[in-house]
Amino acid sequence: MNNWKMLTLVGEDRPGIVAKVTEALYRNGWNLGEASMIRLGANFSIMMMVTGEGDAEQILAPVASELKLHLHVDKITGGLHQHRVPNIQVRVLGADRAGIVAQVAGALLNVGFNILELESDVAGSSDKPVYIMNIEGYTDAALEQVENAVSTLGDIDVAVSPIETLIG
Amino acid sequence: MALLEILKVPDERLKQASDPVEVFDDALRSFIDDLEETRLAGPGAVGIAAPQVGRFQRIVIVDVSNTRKPVPNHGYMVLVNPEITHWEGYEMGREGCLSVPDYTGNVIRATHLEVKAQDPRGKILEFKMEGFEARALQHEMDHLEGMLFVDRVVSRRTDLFRRKVYLKGRKAIGSA
Repeated sequence: MNNWKMLTLVGEDRPGIVAKVTEALYRNGWNLGEASMIRLGANFSIMMMVTGEGDAEQILAPVASELKLHLHVDKITGGLHQHRVPNIQVRVLGADRAGIVAQVAGALLNVGFNILELESDVAGSSDKPVYIMNIEGYTDAALEQVENAVSTLGDIDVAVSPIETLIG
Repeated sequence: MALLEILKVPDERLKQASDPVEVFDDALRSFIDDLEETRLAGPGAVGIAAPQVGRFQRIVIVDVSNTRKPVPNHGYMVLVNPEITHWEGYEMGREGCLSVPDYTGNVIRATHLEVKAQDPRGKILEFKMEGFEARALQHEMDHLEGMLFVDRVVSRRTDLFRRKVYLKGRKAIGSA
């Protein structure tokens, strides 16, 4: 039986968010699955698969209120062991401007590229921001097709490389 | 020939260091055949090390001749008592392991190796290898020290951003 829920928590970053949230779940008999937790800007964000009995929102209400976190719980389908191994990596670097992600993602979609993971950051300085993005995903299209798809994006560097996962 | 059982995390035995092979006999060669059969039975493994099947001796098999895109390789290699005598360069690559099912992660490895080893009859072998094959050997040799790739996984956030100049209609040219 699949009883997983996706829990989203967002709030101003401070020490103790992970410890207090997971402690509350643990004390109430909940288990954690896959999770992604990261500081974005001055915020801390948690996306986490959880499973257990009862009402997760109720369990986490006190700690969410104490830490001023926005909490959201969704019932989800699909549990653990659903990993897909990426076969292509796309690295993007350019002076920051509007539309970089939309253009790169749109070009990738045209060759049937499924984004499995995307991380982006704004580096540089406030007056000269630089956009850096790293995408991993899967497509049946040939590497050259992916390269061609992103080759028209002019002012940004887009490097496409195969990911050959070593199993040993 | 027989399929051997692969030890899987969190089996403590995977942390055990292996001893050098001193006797090069038929029993050794028969074990190596079983080890290769076990590798081939797994999900596309390009290498396997003796301690992965609970035999704590310095024996590894590497064969990267069957990748999706061909890479420089020496074909099927059995390396007994392997030693890296020289290494150069580094790059990030994605790895998984027969002993760590359903998990992959990025690991930094040397890109160029010079290796000394013995064959299953004790004869001295020397290889120069690079790229994916060099990565596979480092992964397997880690097993001989009781190390797993999960002990070396780096955060994807700290990815080495390889600067590349994108040339229209040509292959990207990399520079470190």
